[in-house]
Amino acid sequence: MTQPDRGFVSLRDVHKTFAVHKVINGISLDVARGETICIIGPSGSGKSTLIRCINALVPVDQGSIHLDGIEVNTPKLDKLALRRRVGIVFQQYNLFPHKTALENIMMAPITVLKQDRAEVEARARALLKKVRLEGKEGAYPGELSGGQQQRVAIARSLAMRPDVMLFDEVTAALDPETKKDVLTTIQDLARDGMTCLVVTHEMGFAREVSNRVYFTEGGLIVEHAPPAEFFSNPQDPRTREFLSQVL
Amino acid sequence: MLRLSDALAPVHVRLTSRAALAVAAMVFVGSSAMAAAGSAHDSVVTILIRWAPLLLTGFLFNLLISVLSMAVGTLAGIPLGMMQLSPLRPVSRLGYYLTQFFRNAPWLVLLFICVMLLPFEFRVAGLRIPFPDWVKAVVGFSLPAMANVSEILRGAVLSVPTGQWESAESLGFNRRQTMFQIILPQCIKRMLPPWMNLYSLITMSTVTASVVGVSEMLTMTAQVHAAEGSRPELLAPLYSFAMLCFFVYAYPIGKWTEYLERKYQVKD
Repeated sequence: MTQPDRGFVSLRDVHKTFAVHKVINGISLDVARGETICIIGPSGSGKSTLIRCINALVPVDQGSIHLDGIEVNTPKLDKLALRRRVGIVFQQYNLFPHKTALENIMMAPITVLKQDRAEVEARARALLKKVRLEGKEGAYPGELSGGQQQRVAIARSLAMRPDVMLFDEVTAALDPETKKDVLTTIQDLARDGMTCLVVTHEMGFAREVSNRVYFTEGGLIVEHAPPAEFFSNPQDPRTREFLSQVL
Repeated sequence: MLRLSDALAPVHVRLTSRAALAVAAMVFVGSSAMAAAGSAHDSVVTILIRWAPLLLTGFLFNLLISVLSMAVGTLAGIPLGMMQLSPLRPVSRLGYYLTQFFRNAPWLVLLFICVMLLPFEFRVAGLRIPFPDWVKAVVGFSLPAMANVSEILRGAVLSVPTGQWESAESLGFNRRQTMFQIILPQCIKRMLPPWMNLYSLITMSTVTASVVGVSEMLTMTAQVHAAEGSRPELLAPLYSFAMLCFFVYAYPIGKWTEYLERKYQVKD
């Protein structure tokens, strides 16, 4: 059976209901390898749930989700095979508080992938350098600022060598100064060719970094377009109203 | 502000514990003096000095029973708590019912059951292993300790933010790896204050072992009182001495628990 021309990450008519609350109401989207997309929209429009569906943290009710040929919405899903290819970073960092920054990054490759400790440590140190946190190897999460913790969280995900990175409002809990460091880190990743799906409220970041912007409301994608077009000439009245409030 | 109060906390603990000790000692000395007044018998102090080694041996027995009960209760309570948290419903149900059963049974009844129903010796491969009353008492106190440790563990695990589970799951950790490497290590400091609290309660309740004839402090105190002719004026000093021993042992533990509770509350 020939596959239709799908993206590297591809969602088709995805539905999700929590109890009686319909959170996702039939969403389809495609992301090509190496592309960065931003998902914006009002709170409660299903953005965070959508991103959690892609790595099977949230099981969907209906529809299909593909990641480089792996069907996510099936009971036969090999979750580990999926999750080693998808990194996710959360709004609340969720670092392991009893481990140092370096250990946080090293844990999953050693425990989950059974990789060689020395090799993992070298990679972890390089990743800390990449997120500009050299010298913080021995620091515990409680000793780091929000922005630093978030960059450790990004490095922790990258240590699994994923093909896709998901970001769930990763700067929403940060103050403006530390926000910039985190956004720069994501921008570097995007530039290096990582496939990124970014849920964000940072319109400047969406405009500059993304290849495409998706606007969600009421569990639906209302509109999507390349950023230049999206911000200068929004088509849907709901998009226009949202943009007039946040810009 | 927090740092300052943290630094002062041990000093504060020391001061109040001294004050409380002083009050307890005053009650003790006062009652001894009353008993000694106008008596042709040996003075209370002489009697106490005479019997102190025996009484303190009894007290050591209380401590031994409490420590062993807590050790066994903890070793059994942790797996029981893990059972309660199991994703397999039959396992979690069984863990829940066992925990609830022993948590809601009166400690004295459990003690009676153990002392009356357990045999006085075991025979394993021709070998006679004696099973004295005090060991049965340890079993009796271990059961409620186990059930309470099980609940303490369950509460601690559930108090870890769900984000920890979410991020571990996203990184590919399975449930077991998440539990042992990420969740449980974070639970130890959450569990410590309630665990120490439980230990104090167990220690206090070890005197109920006197009802079933274990030679612990309360039994010894009653025997000493009888040996001294059961004089009513000796009741207060003798039993005050027993209380004082428990107080001196348990009060610092309680204070330390409070201190840890405050310390961990601030940091989380």
